[in-house]
Amino acid sequence: MEHIRTTKVEQVKLLDRFSTSNKSLTGTLYLTATHLLFIDSHQKETWILHHHIASVEKLALTTSGCPLVIQCKNFRIVHFIVPKERDCHDIYNSLLQLSKQAKYEDLYAFSYNPKQNDSERLRGWQLIDLAEEYKRMGVPNSNWQLSDANREYKICETYPRELYVPRIASKPIIVGSSKFRSKGRFPVLSYYHQNKEAAICRCSQPLSGFSARCLEDEHLLQAISKANPANRYMYVVDTRPKHRVQSWWATQKDIGRIILNAMANRAAGKGYENEDNYSNIRFQFVGIENIHVMRSSLQKLLEVNGTKGLSVNDFYSGLESSGWLRHIKAVMDAAIFLAKAIMVENASVLVHCSDGWDRTSQVCSLGSLLLDSYYRTIKGFMVLIEKDWISFGHKFSERCGHLDGDPKEVSPVFTQFLECVWHLTEQFPQAFEFNEAFLLQIHEHIHSCQFGNFLGNCQKEREELKLKEKTHSLWPFLLDDREKYSNPLYSSSSQRFAVLEPNTVSFNFKFWRSMYHQFDRTLHPRESVCNIITKMNEQNKQLEKDMKDLESKISKHKNEEIDGVLTKELLHSVRPESPTLKTSLCYKEQTVLPVNDTLRTIEGSNPVDNRYSEYAEEFSKSKPAVVSLEYGVARMTC
Amino acid sequence: MEFSELIRTRQAQAELLSGPEAPALRGTLCVTGHHLLLSPKPQATDLWLLLLRSVDSIEKRVAGDSGTITLRCKDLRVLQLRIEGVEATLDVARSIEALSSLESVITSYPFFYRPKGLRLGDAWHFHPLESYYKRVALETDAWRLSEVNEDFSLCPSYPRVVIVPRAVDDAALARSARFRQGGRFPVLSYHHARSGTALLRSSQPLIGPKKLRCAEDEELLGAVLAGARPGAQGFIVDTRSAQTAKQARMTGGGTESKAAYPGWKRLHRPLERGRHLQESFVRLVEACGDLEQSMDQWLSRLDSCRWLAHVQEALSTACLAAQGMEREGACVLVHGAEGMDSTLLVTSLAQLILDPLSRTMAGFQELVEREWIQAGHPFQLRCAHSAFSHARSKHEAPTFLLFLDCVWQLGRQFPLSLEFGEGLLLALFEHAYASPFGTFLCNSEKERCLCEVRTQTHSLWSGLNQSKEQRKLRNPLYVLNPSALWPSVEPQSLRLWQGLFLRQTRPPERSEEVWEKVWQIVTDEKTEDSRPVVSAPEPQP
Repeated sequence: MEHIRTTKVEQVKLLDRFSTSNKSLTGTLYLTATHLLFIDSHQKETWILHHHIASVEKLALTTSGCPLVIQCKNFRIVHFIVPKERDCHDIYNSLLQLSKQAKYEDLYAFSYNPKQNDSERLRGWQLIDLAEEYKRMGVPNSNWQLSDANREYKICETYPRELYVPRIASKPIIVGSSKFRSKGRFPVLSYYHQNKEAAICRCSQPLSGFSARCLEDEHLLQAISKANPANRYMYVVDTRPKHRVQSWWATQKDIGRIILNAMANRAAGKGYENEDNYSNIRFQFVGIENIHVMRSSLQKLLEVNGTKGLSVNDFYSGLESSGWLRHIKAVMDAAIFLAKAIMVENASVLVHCSDGWDRTSQVCSLGSLLLDSYYRTIKGFMVLIEKDWISFGHKFSERCGHLDGDPKEVSPVFTQFLECVWHLTEQFPQAFEFNEAFLLQIHEHIHSCQFGNFLGNCQKEREELKLKEKTHSLWPFLLDDREKYSNPLYSSSSQRFAVLEPNTVSFNFKFWRSMYHQFDRTLHPRESVCNIITKMNEQNKQLEKDMKDLESKISKHKNEEIDGVLTKELLHSVRPESPTLKTSLCYKEQTVLPVNDTLRTIEGSNPVDNRYSEYAEEFSKSKPAVVSLEYGVARMTC
Repeated sequence: MEFSELIRTRQAQAELLSGPEAPALRGTLCVTGHHLLLSPKPQATDLWLLLLRSVDSIEKRVAGDSGTITLRCKDLRVLQLRIEGVEATLDVARSIEALSSLESVITSYPFFYRPKGLRLGDAWHFHPLESYYKRVALETDAWRLSEVNEDFSLCPSYPRVVIVPRAVDDAALARSARFRQGGRFPVLSYHHARSGTALLRSSQPLIGPKKLRCAEDEELLGAVLAGARPGAQGFIVDTRSAQTAKQARMTGGGTESKAAYPGWKRLHRPLERGRHLQESFVRLVEACGDLEQSMDQWLSRLDSCRWLAHVQEALSTACLAAQGMEREGACVLVHGAEGMDSTLLVTSLAQLILDPLSRTMAGFQELVEREWIQAGHPFQLRCAHSAFSHARSKHEAPTFLLFLDCVWQLGRQFPLSLEFGEGLLLALFEHAYASPFGTFLCNSEKERCLCEVRTQTHSLWSGLNQSKEQRKLRNPLYVLNPSALWPSVEPQSLRLWQGLFLRQTRPPERSEEVWEKVWQIVTDEKTEDSRPVVSAPEPQP
């Protein structure tokens, strides 16, 4: 509160992002403790949560006022013009303060009150139960057991308390292995494939240095491969590009002066497992770039698609040079490698990157998603995120920049995961229970700090913050809106989608407009198929239900008829019933019609809706390459 | 028949691979005058049939005692035939080569095709121009149907009847025709009742280096403005750049001068045409066939082929013309040089944007017939070869395909407003390049009359409107949208038409399944996974 100097500024202009003609809406800007609110002259409200603000920029003063550009983490970009520089300065300073909190306790989640009582809140948090999930996968079993080694976070602070390891791996082996792994993140079970008895395991890189070995670590890996009765060898997947691993070691060990060749030789086998030391492993690099490369790649992508009057050629060359789709493909390819190892070779896989919380989470979760149709349901997808991202310590708060911290720790790792899932939904439109809106909503909330799920960087930190007592969980709210997030084309029983085998030919990857331009309505398709089909589906279900009711009525009447076939009175009593049957049918038709009307209303087809006219006006101006009518007139007359 | 001398072998044993995921088909291969037949060995599956005319390029390779023939078809499919015997392979290849490149129209397959359930001449009484005029006549009396071109003497590429301003008599039309390239004087393309304005098309005026004028031509355009809503001005959309239009004067062409046509203002919107457009198409198809390329290579090839840039230019020019009519209340005349390519692209797209009736199944067929076929788009020249052929003459250009792509983009942005689906667009593309029907034969109405296309061949429209095709062609979600469709032309909103350009590399089954599923939901059909089968008899109200 102390940061807010001005709460209301009038006569503020909101510029259209893609209009070159400086078309704008005039309205009033309000600053609240949690949101920035703009209400235009048509009473349309634009709410911006302070936590969503990635950057605020004050541009040079113009004749019409002082421009303020706000970029949000959910890819909204707004451009205000505030008439008085003083007001602009006040808002600018307030937003700078409000968008960057220093303490967790100041985040929105701790004050957000959705009118739930404590028991509802608790039930919300209990909705996703990971112990239940491991049971569903089929662990513990004769080969895998729950380990209590990390019960007090003694071995690894960033892992959850409950970890599944091979039954034959004793506690000393686990402790020994954890000392040999970066941040103590020793190999543990991430996903168990019941039919194949193969496992996806995850860990961080080994601290093998120059030639160090760790017998316990070697034992643990052996235990993992032995836990798979069908296949003796296992894959160890390093998700980093090979050259990066080598240079990483070069800098870590400060061996900068060693000549290049020697460096490569010595560095080889340091930072990843040496196949000579481990029996029955097959080592594989899959080449996903690090968080810094990903951050700047997204930065470039946003720069390109934020350009006014972008030409088709500039768009595609920008898309290419940003490298974004190349990175998405790399993540997808790695996940496919995992799925294939398990399905085709029956082999277990151990995945790691450097610390095992970014690329490892991406690859393990996507791999599981390909293998197990449960994760493609609405509930299952929540479980997947809880398991591979939240519980295994993906540093959400640092990667999303929840607090004022090191900007170099921010990276769109989770966004990439969502984009990979979106690409899968495009390739397999019938395999997912949820739709695009679900993915977008989750993306919204990893940054919103409105719910407790994504706060903090690991389970231990979340417990210390007492999130379950002080904040609410996002998942029950999403489940309440189930209808909104359902994919109407989903076919749950289809066996063909048991394991997804996506095709990663380059042209199957496209720019995700609904994510990166989700607030730029002019770029969207004008009509939504998804909504229409959902409504039709509901309507069909209703009709089906009506029909069942009528059938049961009829059979009831028939029974009555048979029972009372001797008494004419009863027969008579059936006859008067039939008009009711008829009226209920009519009623059915009547209910259909209004529904029909609403579902057939086309977004934007209403002539009163002046988005078309706005758009058309803009159309003539927005493209410099397009000679506008007005411009054409001017040229003709001069 | 003279085909027999071109057929070097009648039969061979062969194996057919028709796609990356399709199973191989083994059997006896047979070359006939118009077809390649494969009758499968175990008689389980149907006869496989390929129209030879649809072969765009052929590549043969022999190894050991067998050979492989790769057939690249005009509809962008790639087929592989493995044939036993080196001699047989070469003979089959030579026969296909010779038969697929026959030029003669009257010996082409449509003149022999006699499908069941259709009678010759069934759909040829369909006269979209006359029926369109009836519609215009209800809206305004400023236009009349002129038979001045009855014997094709005025303009060989126009149909027998055209719609012209009522105030202009046939003699004036004849003089205006002499002032326009190829005799293509300004005619009505679309009357926009809502704003009382008209869309016209023509070819360039023959102004030449001496800056000639033609009083009747000026009078014609003046009459257009006089017949429109009071105070209407006119826009001339020239589909060439100002520079090119000026240069055209050296070869006798040019563009309307401001002084000679009061009330008309000129806009230049250069659209790619001819050879460059064909090259763009060829490069895109090449890029789409390469499965090995990296992401960067793919994006850079997609960028450098410029196809999507052409889509954007075409759509935004059409929007400009439509906007001029709808929002500025102006009449619009569109022309380039010959007025048979990009001109038709712009006028037909503008109608689709403005006119709800042209977005229905019947309306769209009428639009294609009226604005492309009868308007004299030279299909035979433009669609002689597709993207694979090496023998390229300078006349090929995928203008019609560009139109279909733009319509597809509209359909993607307005998925409920078009009564037809991707299936119809794909079918039109295939039939424009090679078809058993006569609809896309020849270059103009005049040629079609000479070849007796109307009486000797079947119309594609009656073929398409047979009920078994409907489900593939229609959009289950269609609902009449009375307003204009203003698409977004930002690059982020345009997409590659995967169903066409990537048809060879990705199986279409999945999108067909989705289409089928949507149909089921809309018509509320029962499927095995959606609901249990109801055992009790359905109640009868």
